[in-house]
This record gives sequence, structure tokens and C-alpha cells, in this order.
Amino acid sequence: MSGFLQHTFNGLVGGAFYALLALGLAVIFGMLRVVNFAHGAFYMLGAFGAYVLLTEVGVPFWGALVIVPVVLGLFGMALERAFIHRLTRLDPLYNFLLTFGLTLILQDLVKSRYGVQSSPYATPAGLQGSVDFGLFTFPTYRVFVLGFAILACLGVWWLLTHTRIGMVVRAATERPELTRAFGINVGRWVTPVFGFGIALAGAAGVLAAPMRAVNPLMGTDLIIVVFAVVVIGGLGSIFGSVAAGFGIGLLQAWGEAYLSETAPILAQTLVFIVMAVVLLWRPAGLFGREESPA
Amino acid sequence: MSETSTVQPAESPAAAVPRSALGAVGAAPGWVRYALLLVGLAVALWLPNGLYPAIAVDILCWALFAVAIDLLLGFTGLMSFGHAAFWGTSAYATGLVAIHAGVPFPVAVLAGALVAAVLAVPIGYLAVKRTGIYFAMVTLAFAQMIYYIANKWGSVTGGENGLQSVPRELFGLDLSDEYYFYYAALPIVILGLAAAWRIVHSPFGRVLVGIRDNPARARALGYPVHRYKLTAFVLSAFLAGLGGGLFVMGHRFVSLDALHWTTSGKAVIVVVLGGIGTLWGGVLGAAILVRLEDWLSYSGFETIGLVTGGIFVLVVLLFRRGIWGSVAALAQRWRVRRR
Repeated sequence: MSGFLQHTFNGLVGGAFYALLALGLAVIFGMLRVVNFAHGAFYMLGAFGAYVLLTEVGVPFWGALVIVPVVLGLFGMALERAFIHRLTRLDPLYNFLLTFGLTLILQDLVKSRYGVQSSPYATPAGLQGSVDFGLFTFPTYRVFVLGFAILACLGVWWLLTHTRIGMVVRAATERPELTRAFGINVGRWVTPVFGFGIALAGAAGVLAAPMRAVNPLMGTDLIIVVFAVVVIGGLGSIFGSVAAGFGIGLLQAWGEAYLSETAPILAQTLVFIVMAVVLLWRPAGLFGREESPA
Repeated sequence: MSETSTVQPAESPAAAVPRSALGAVGAAPGWVRYALLLVGLAVALWLPNGLYPAIAVDILCWALFAVAIDLLLGFTGLMSFGHAAFWGTSAYATGLVAIHAGVPFPVAVLAGALVAAVLAVPIGYLAVKRTGIYFAMVTLAFAQMIYYIANKWGSVTGGENGLQSVPRELFGLDLSDEYYFYYAALPIVILGLAAAWRIVHSPFGRVLVGIRDNPARARALGYPVHRYKLTAFVLSAFLAGLGGGLFVMGHRFVSLDALHWTTSGKAVIVVVLGGIGTLWGGVLGAAILVRLEDWLSYSGFETIGLVTGGIFVLVVLLFRRGIWGSVAALAQRWRVRRR
């Protein structure tokens, strides 16, 4: 029983990363109709940002958790203005291709500077040790990651439902033409929303640094799983993306725990099998609506 | 039906192609077309004399791969970002058949391509339920699944090591020299390219273009859209498989690289660079990218992704018609002005 709870907790923590990335992807998609392939690269840059700040400047984890998302968010806004903006009127496939090209560039830049081997990052002060939950103990840092992700998701939900910006974003997501017809300047919010999504990916990267190996390729393998996650949840639905993120995290942890001995291939491919089932049963995703053509 | 398309996107990749849907060369006078065909054949026959023969073989394989992707992207309006699944699966299947059965290499390549086509049936069946950007994501995800399976299934695929020293047999002929292998592989590639041309210019191909331009209308006319898309997907996977199988025969080993997402992405780059929806543009794009990568790695340049990624960004931003598309558009404008 305690083993099961342990795996469940691990799954939720793994799912927290999927959820943070899927959330950013969904917000960006809603506003810009862009599927950002470079999202994984920004996650990687977040982890490297934390690493570089610590080893070369001496800024600790807490500083990095503030600085890195802000810097990456601004960088993302600059990219949106410089490149992505030029293509948003065209088929979304062009921006998918563009951000794919950016991924190759960002990845190779980091690779040429830091090599492909993984760099260690110490667990931040104040989050070492573990928490005793009675039935099982859990590393404090992972509890923090889970709490952070849940707070971030709730925060975004509050922003979307209780603020004017949130209302504009939701309206623009669902009925872009009608929102414009009401005289709301949708374009004004496009760049900040993009930057915000990137900042979330950057924050996820910083959070990943003490837990996972920091290397230039850490983002892209992850982003492909996140693509499967948003297909399962329905990319148009922000709630669906987050829920699918946590769900897939759980499923992978259970698969890893109970199937990796008997059926290693099945354990590795669970997420894709779920995606196949969802495509058969509800092609628009579990929480997605029939999409308007885009 | 999951998607009912009523509004056309502002500019779809396929719409970047000049108005005459089947490539502007189709609108060119007959003698121009025959002249281009002859020049193409002459270049193909001369190629291993002007280039390092191994590179020439790579260009052939990538040309087939690119044309396979363009069949989907340019003529059906579906962007597969997971075609490495078919290229790589055929590569492994071809290698295994050659190692264990010792058949002539064209037979092994054909067997590999058939395996890829069979794999494309379930993947395509699921993927065509979505369109546009979702199609790209779904195919990418399934390709990653195949990659994981190949990685874990070490007893068959050799895992990280891949398959080594694949034999290259053809009725006892000595093909160990890449120069001669090029000429042995060329007929297969020409047959593959001719098949792609035939598909595009058949009534079936016309329906595909109709589906690309207006799926709702095609459905209203009674065409089973999903089935047409699936057929195109399987045919495309078969052609990509031919390319992947020959690639193995050229290199005499298979590694997991053949299934990696970067391979899928590179293939799409090649098509965009050459010109989406031009069919032969992919051949040009393949020649340029393979040659460029070889030159970069030869001159000790290590960050190849920087260059290919940069080319990709520039082409998508500034040069969406690609090389063939741009030349065709210029030629067309010139003809119109002279009239």
C-alpha cells in the first residue's frame, strides 16, 4: 500500500511537469493558434539558466526561480514580435515549422557551449530532506514541486476566470472574430500571452534542474510526450490539458512501477496507447470540443 | 466526422504553390517538360562521377523520402511530422531481411517498404481522424512510440548498437563499391519517383487535391475523405520505406537515428526547401541539404543543427514557395507577360 502511494505521488510530480508545459502550450495555442514546438527547448533553457546562474554567477535556486522565467518570458516576447507574429495569419503549420527550426538552433547553441553530458544541480537549501506522511516519506523538494505546479495552475485558472485579461483571452480563444467585432484589441494581448506561456516552461525547467539531468536534449523528448498529452486532453481546453498532464504522469509512474519488469515496451509506450484510444473514441480529445478549422 | 471544414485558412502550405495545382511545370509547354526530364535523367546518370558516390546514394534515398512527404503535404494537405517511423521501420526490416534471408537487395528493400506500408495502416487510420496541426502532432507522437519500441526491443533491433554489416547481394555481382551500387539503386528510385508522379496525375490524385482544397466539398460530393487520406498515407509510407531501405543498403548498417524525430523534421525541411506541392522540388531540396550537411561535417563544423535550423527559419519566413516553386512562379510570370 505504501509502495502504491509512493508511486502515485511520484506520478503526480511527473505529471506536474507535463501539466505546466501543457498549460503554457494550451494558453499560447488558444490565443495565437500556434503550436510551439520550441516549448521543450525553453524548458531546457530554463534548467540551463538555473545551472548557469548557480555555477557562473552564484545566484541560488530561489533567485533563479524568479529571474529565469522573467528573462525567458521577455525573450519569448521578442521572438514572437520578430518571427512568429509574421506567420500567425498563415496556416498554423508554418509556425510549427518555424518553432521546430528554432528548437534545432537553441539546442545546438547550448550543445556547442556545454556539451551533451548531464550537469548536476544540488537540491536547494531549505528543501533538502524528506517529509513524513505517516504511511510513507517523500523528498521535501518533490512536495514543493507538486505544490508549486498546483498553485501555478490554480493561479492561471483564477486569472482566466476573474480578471479582465483572462476574459479577453478566453473570448479571443473561443470566438476571435466576434471578440474583435466588440472592439476589443485582441492583438495587444498576443505577445504578453506568448511570453507568459514561455515563462511557465522556463519555470518548469528551473524546477526540473535539481531533480532531472540538465542536458541540451532534455526538452525535446519531453515535448513530444506533452504533444500526446494535449491531444489526449484536447488542446483547445486549458483544463483538459492540465488534467491530462497529471493523468499521464500518474499512468507513467504506475506503468514504470508495475509493468517495467514484465512488459518494458508497454510501460514506455503507455501514453501513446492512451492517445490512440482517445483518437478512436473521442478524436477531439477528452475535454476538447469539435474544433473549428484552424 | 471529427472535423467539418467550412472556412479556408488564410494561406495553407499547399496554397503557397502557384495556382495550377499540380505544379507549375504541368502548365509549361510540352518541350520544356521533356527537356527538364532529359536534363534530370542526365544529371542522375552523371551524379556519382561529380560527387562522392556515397553522397550520391544518400541524395537518391532522401529524394524518395522527400517526394513521399510531398505526396501527403503538397497534394493531400496533411503534414506528417512522423515519417521517420516508416523510413526507419523499413530500414530495420530491410536490414533484417537482408541479414537473415540473404535475398537480392531489391527484394529486401521491397520487403522493408511493404512492412512500412503495413505499419502505416493503423497509424494512418488514427491520424487521419485529425487534420492540420493535430495531424502533425499525432504522427510525431506515434513515430516517437516506434522509436521507443525499437530502443527497447534490443533482441531484434540491436538496441543502441543497431544492425551492423548488412549484406548487399545482387545475383553475385560485386556491389561493394558505392559507385556501382549507385547505378544498381537508381532504377528503384526512378521507379519510385515515377510512381509518385503517376499517383499525382491519376484521377485518384485529383481527388486528393480536391480534398486538400476543400474537404467539406469533397465529402459532399460523396468521396470517402478519410479513406482517400489513409490510402495516400499508406502509399507515402511505402515510398518513404523504399528510401529508408535503400539508405540501409547504402550505409550497410541501421541505427536508431533512422527513427528519431530529427529525421522526420529534416525530411519536412527538405520538402519545404524544395517547394511544397511541386513533387520534384523535394529532389532538389534533398540534393542541397545532403550535400550541405556532408560539406559541413567534412569541414569539421559540429553544430549542424544550427545551420539546418537556420535554413528552416529563413525558408519559412521568407521563401515559403521553396526553390522549385519560386522558379516555377517566375517562369509562369515571364510567360504570361510575353503573351
